[in-house]
Amino acid sequence: MTAPTDRELREIALSREEYERAIELLGRRPNSLELGMLGAMWSEHCSYKTSKRLLRTLPSGGGAVVQGPGENAGVIDLGGSLLCCFKIESHNHPSAIEPVQGAATGVGGILRDVFAMGARPVALLDAIRFGALSDGLQRHRFARVVEGVGFYGNCIGVPTVGGETYFDQAYSGNCLVNAMCVGLATPGELVRAVAQGPGNPVLLVGADTGRDGIHGATFASVQLDEDAAERRPAVQVGNPFLEKCLMEACLELCSRQALVGLQDCGAAGLTSSLAEMAHRGGLGIELDVAMVARREQGMSPYEVMLSESQERMVMVVESGRVPEVQAVFERWQLRSDVIGRVIEEPVLRILDRSQEVAHLPLDVLVEGFLERRPEARRPDGLEDRMGHDPLAAEPAWDLREAWLHVLSSPNCGDPSWVFRQYDHQVGDDTVAGPGLDAAVLRLKDRAFGLALTVDGAHRCAGLDPRRGTEMAVAEGLRNLATVGAEPLALTNCLNFGDPDQPEVMWQLEEAVAGLAGAAKDLGLPVVSGNVSLYNDYQGEGIPPTPVIGMVGRVDVLGPPLGFGFKHPGDRIVLIGDLGTALAGSEYQRLQQGALDGPVPDLDLAAEAAAATAVQALVRTGLVSSAHDLSMGGLAVALAECCVRNGLGATVDLALPACPAERPGLHHGALFGEDPGRYLLSVPEERLAELARTCRLQGVEWRDLGAVGGDSIRLSGLVEISCAEAGAALSGAIAGRMDRF
Amino acid sequence: MRFGIAVFPGTWSERDCAHAVALAGGESTYLWHQDCDLRGIDCVILPGGFAHGDYLRAGAIARFAPLMEAVVAFANQGGLVLGICNGFQILCEAGLLPGALLRNESLQFRCQPTHLLVERARSPFLEGAAEGSRLEIPISHGEGRYYADEETLRQLNDSNRVAFRYCSPLGDVGPAHNPNGSLENIAGIVNEAGNVLGMMPHPERACEPLLGSSDGLALFTALVGGSPRLPG
Repeated sequence: MTAPTDRELREIALSREEYERAIELLGRRPNSLELGMLGAMWSEHCSYKTSKRLLRTLPSGGGAVVQGPGENAGVIDLGGSLLCCFKIESHNHPSAIEPVQGAATGVGGILRDVFAMGARPVALLDAIRFGALSDGLQRHRFARVVEGVGFYGNCIGVPTVGGETYFDQAYSGNCLVNAMCVGLATPGELVRAVAQGPGNPVLLVGADTGRDGIHGATFASVQLDEDAAERRPAVQVGNPFLEKCLMEACLELCSRQALVGLQDCGAAGLTSSLAEMAHRGGLGIELDVAMVARREQGMSPYEVMLSESQERMVMVVESGRVPEVQAVFERWQLRSDVIGRVIEEPVLRILDRSQEVAHLPLDVLVEGFLERRPEARRPDGLEDRMGHDPLAAEPAWDLREAWLHVLSSPNCGDPSWVFRQYDHQVGDDTVAGPGLDAAVLRLKDRAFGLALTVDGAHRCAGLDPRRGTEMAVAEGLRNLATVGAEPLALTNCLNFGDPDQPEVMWQLEEAVAGLAGAAKDLGLPVVSGNVSLYNDYQGEGIPPTPVIGMVGRVDVLGPPLGFGFKHPGDRIVLIGDLGTALAGSEYQRLQQGALDGPVPDLDLAAEAAAATAVQALVRTGLVSSAHDLSMGGLAVALAECCVRNGLGATVDLALPACPAERPGLHHGALFGEDPGRYLLSVPEERLAELARTCRLQGVEWRDLGAVGGDSIRLSGLVEISCAEAGAALSGAIAGRMDRF
Repeated sequence: MRFGIAVFPGTWSERDCAHAVALAGGESTYLWHQDCDLRGIDCVILPGGFAHGDYLRAGAIARFAPLMEAVVAFANQGGLVLGICNGFQILCEAGLLPGALLRNESLQFRCQPTHLLVERARSPFLEGAAEGSRLEIPISHGEGRYYADEETLRQLNDSNRVAFRYCSPLGDVGPAHNPNGSLENIAGIVNEAGNVLGMMPHPERACEPLLGSSDGLALFTALVGGSPRLPG
């Protein structure tokens, strides 16, 4: 066996140093199959070799946590003998290259992660980011990603109940497609991805194994470039119909407690799923690739072991129960083949028609990778950029122009063009679907419900990744509060550029520190997650984009309150203060493009207090509507509340005239994206009760004005009609996508 | 009143239908696609989903299931059959209802609330829904554009076999209220005897105020013998 060339090593994304380490650990040169398996397992995608030490700092335990990170998905106890299993994952690179299938298989993969735990998936959410919609390629990607997400979720019959869509030039080369799945199980149904019981058979179930997706894991661990389209064969093709049958069969077996262990066959295919299962159990697995059903002839052991064909699962079953298990798969017209067995020796031993072709100790395969500590360096010039005061510049747009620009931005506008393509109701549990601040699902036979939200980092993460990440957590908290939900736990997807660039590594470290801090301060465990690095196109990285998925519990279930104003005469209440933070705001992005200024202040204790107050106000039915302030600030939130039911508002912000040195003060009040704020409407006679609730939590509030009329009037400042605002919001995405 | 709810590989609203039947006070059991026996049930529901992946054409493979032979025989003897969404597509493929469901005019999947104008059709399913009343029931499909040739369409109209048309909340049947490009806004039709109803909207998703509408419950309670309140 000769040493591999640099080119061969690059093909499997191993460095020369890693190759030398493999020889050292094995005490011999790995053969080409073993090298391919090591390359896949030691890839960033499988090993988290760059991020692992950071992820260890995230709080992942606590009272309600049943399963933290390390399994296919995290699990928390909802009470009432019901467990909630959830995770978010990225499928960015495949979606950039083949948007429909890339997005579809992203959804397929996260669904498998959840039902691999024995939980029935009950909801999907997506967080997707693209370049500007003025660009035809971006419109194409956006439309096809939405088609792909819908195709998989709609066909398999799991509702897509929420999500987030964002557009910015910075995602032109490398779009982001993150999908979150939430499932439910009873404690008895829960199963782990572990191999136990030497001698127990190992089964591969579901789809046949083909040549698709080979090197998918390594492909996800390098930058995209001009030739990326040539990697299209590394993108798998999804079959939601097959996965539906696979899911039903697996869940049936989990509810019968017929399985010892169950594992999704995802990135790095059989290599990763078998290695991880065996390693968790402290045992080994021996398999014969000749037993693996193939989609095409002439596949080598290398191709079989590294195929990422979709819709496959691996399971360990007690010998005596194999016929029972196979009968269930037969009923669902699916393959289930015994391909190997659990062995005492902690190795992955691969045979080809009984001839040994690979023999790799699991501690080498799973843990032998070199943890990487690339240099992290804070970029120069941040102080200068943050020292600049956006309120000091003479605004280029007057308030009315600015308002219409922001309302017409696809980042603030009506997202129904997206979610009307998603079945968000199947399952008959969707109380509040997409388009609201958070989704709410009722649970049949339970008095309580689930609330779900997914939120990406604030744009100020480009200046201060720590604050930008904390802002995403805070936004999740606010979204849950508006539906009266108490937050329980988090999942996260960390989307970053190339960690070998010191600035990117710094962003990653800061973002994880922000997430860890916010999660600790708020008492929310991070039970699962995914890291996606190398989101670069031709050397240009994406901005730091952690995406936070949050699960909460709703104790009082009723028809959703919603954010639309309902009754003329209701008082309009702002929780929190008037805004000033234009740095990273949508207004700033649209108006000047560049990102600068002091990042928004964030007080997590105050954020938690405001959330508790709003939760209580919503739960007790005191308020008529509730909306959180996020992108576009007060101006967008107010317009949305008015447009929803066609009820205007007259608001007095009692702003002083702009001082000469801060001509942008009024713009700050309207478009600033300071956290900790909500817009509520409340019957006048209940204002005193609202005041009491806020006082109890030490939360500031102010009476802004009254609901009524058919225009949105900010006294002494600016006025637009509900119709005009409505047209701007509804055309923001749909108007740009009319040819799709 | 016992309902049998068909389950093909790829069906996904069988549990939603069972839930709706229970809300209406009925009982239900699942019928597996490979079974030939309807086990004495009083009404078959062909629920929504992607039976057999909807490969080839929606419903084109499901119609060959052993269960469908039994369902066709049952329907021909006057047995009650309700096809919802994918179930409607299967009924058309199986020849129990005329016409076909084509790809939506938008070429996109659509999941949204729709309003249905109840027409003059005679069917036990419609006992609880007065002619001219409006029902708010959501759709969720990619292939729901009802199509039939002119002669079939004329017959459907002449014999009052159109059950529902998409309309505005006030009952206006115009192109602006047609979510998928169906001919004449047709959302549901019945067979000549009225015992077979096919509809693209999902009544089982509109059985509780908590989920936004309870207008769909009338279809189920009509059979169970309850006295549903007429909406609209």
